[in-house]
Amino acid sequence: MVTKVMSANQAIAEAVKLANPEVIPVYPITPQTTISEYLAKYVADGDLDSEYIMVESEHSAISASLGASGTGVRVFTATSSQGLALMHEISFAAAGLRLPVVMADANRALSAPLSIWNDQQDSISERDAGWIQIYAEDGQEALDSILMAYRISEDKNVLLPSMVCIDGFILTHTVDPVNIPAKEDVNKFLPKYKPDHAYLDTKKPMSIGTFTDPSYYMDARYDMELAMERSQEIIAKAHTEFSEIFGRDYDFVEKYRSEDADVIIVAMGSICSTIKDVVDELRDAGEKVGLVRVRVFRPFPKTQIYEALKGASKIGVIDKNVCFSIGGVLATEIRSNTGLDVSGFIVGLGGRDIKPSDIKEIMEKTKNPTKQTQWIGLKKEEH
Amino acid sequence: MIEVRFHGRGGQGAVTAAEILAKAAFEDGKYCQAFPFFGVERRGAPVMAFTRIDDQPIRRRYQIYNPDYVLVLDDGLLKVVDVFSGLKEGGKLIINTKNSIEKTEGADIHKVDATGIALDILGVPIVNTILLGAFAGVTGAVSIESIIKIINETFSGKIGEKNAKAATLAYNTAKKIDK
Repeated sequence: MVTKVMSANQAIAEAVKLANPEVIPVYPITPQTTISEYLAKYVADGDLDSEYIMVESEHSAISASLGASGTGVRVFTATSSQGLALMHEISFAAAGLRLPVVMADANRALSAPLSIWNDQQDSISERDAGWIQIYAEDGQEALDSILMAYRISEDKNVLLPSMVCIDGFILTHTVDPVNIPAKEDVNKFLPKYKPDHAYLDTKKPMSIGTFTDPSYYMDARYDMELAMERSQEIIAKAHTEFSEIFGRDYDFVEKYRSEDADVIIVAMGSICSTIKDVVDELRDAGEKVGLVRVRVFRPFPKTQIYEALKGASKIGVIDKNVCFSIGGVLATEIRSNTGLDVSGFIVGLGGRDIKPSDIKEIMEKTKNPTKQTQWIGLKKEEH
Repeated sequence: MIEVRFHGRGGQGAVTAAEILAKAAFEDGKYCQAFPFFGVERRGAPVMAFTRIDDQPIRRRYQIYNPDYVLVLDDGLLKVVDVFSGLKEGGKLIINTKNSIEKTEGADIHKVDATGIALDILGVPIVNTILLGAFAGVTGAVSIESIIKIINETFSGKIGEKNAKAATLAYNTAKKIDK
């Protein structure tokens, strides 16, 4: 166990080294690229015994991941933005074939206009693909979440792929202290993957991913729904065991000074760190405000979110994505799944910096809502 | 919390300097954070990088708008960029220059002939580690021992040694001027 100053991208590469996947097919894309580079170096230096496959596109990266995972081995890939969009077709296949691929997504805006900067539109747009989605707040959580993602995805009661999302640049290119767990502790938490379900084996030939007529397809999709529901229990167990071994606590949602709060802000990812500073400042000034951070977005933790929010008189939900003509996806899903009245705020699209003054503006507007969705930080007043 | 902003040009090592400073502060037992101005870095174009240092874990994740210290790797940037922007009242600006600074905007200015030191010791005009030595000497916010240690971890062999020597010279010079 050692603590080093590193970026979240390096933290993810360290997690992958600890998880030791047999196959790593990746294609570089800003701001994910350094994950690919660190892993290539680890493999070249002999520090990581994995098959590193240099593919010609993200579509190939996820296809090779799917093929490798189909043979019953542990697989890692990583991408961002346009790369994830290019993976879209095969992402659905990976989940439908029940392959426990783990992917890191460096959250970046989707074109057009072309942007390399952060928002969460890329992974949010994959929310229906059948992947478990975890949004990390910092580099430490990124590392820890990769380890937990393998535990969850490879559980025979789940067998769905996982996506660990980290905010592009804000986490991928920022260095701060990250604790790297000891290999023997990781081995306890995450033993070698030994599938006890069917996988491709030349000695026992079979097919996966075959054509399915209407008498089978719908049941296969329903099985995925059941697996996603069952994953809640497996995720909870992973959180508990992770805490026992590594001493760091995680949950579906994190409640920060929200227990007695009148005003609660809900958000995902790195923005929550800045919100915590603002909550502390306003608490010192006597305001009863708090934060609820949604960490696991799929499966959607509706009960936990409802329980965390039901005591508040005003709720504001921050989204770094937009579903046009509806609003932010997190706000919309909380509204429809909890029945609570929430104000939605769209912020930080394409990397616009989110300052404490923006968070305070959101808190004020949450107290006095004028419309269902408001865009914060536009150059001009809203039209 | 101490907030530091670096101004340089693409290729001068401002981002590396920000990370070395963060790692050195961590070596001193502090918490730290460093990041570049997010974007497309082009050789020669003005760039920024940032470092935060504190006794407590650092959570905030937005750019630094009101730095305590500004480090300028290239005095030519004075004509192109407002390096004084948001600098705190009484904040220090450490700049690589041999010229006199006309506009000081109330900042406490410390001049270092980092290019001169770089050409003497390194043989190339790369000044990022030298500015860090000067920073340690001027501010005391980080120890020179930790700066040297991280320089040697970042650059292997002879290059590390030379950079450490250059940073130490800048540190000693800054200390002398301060006394």
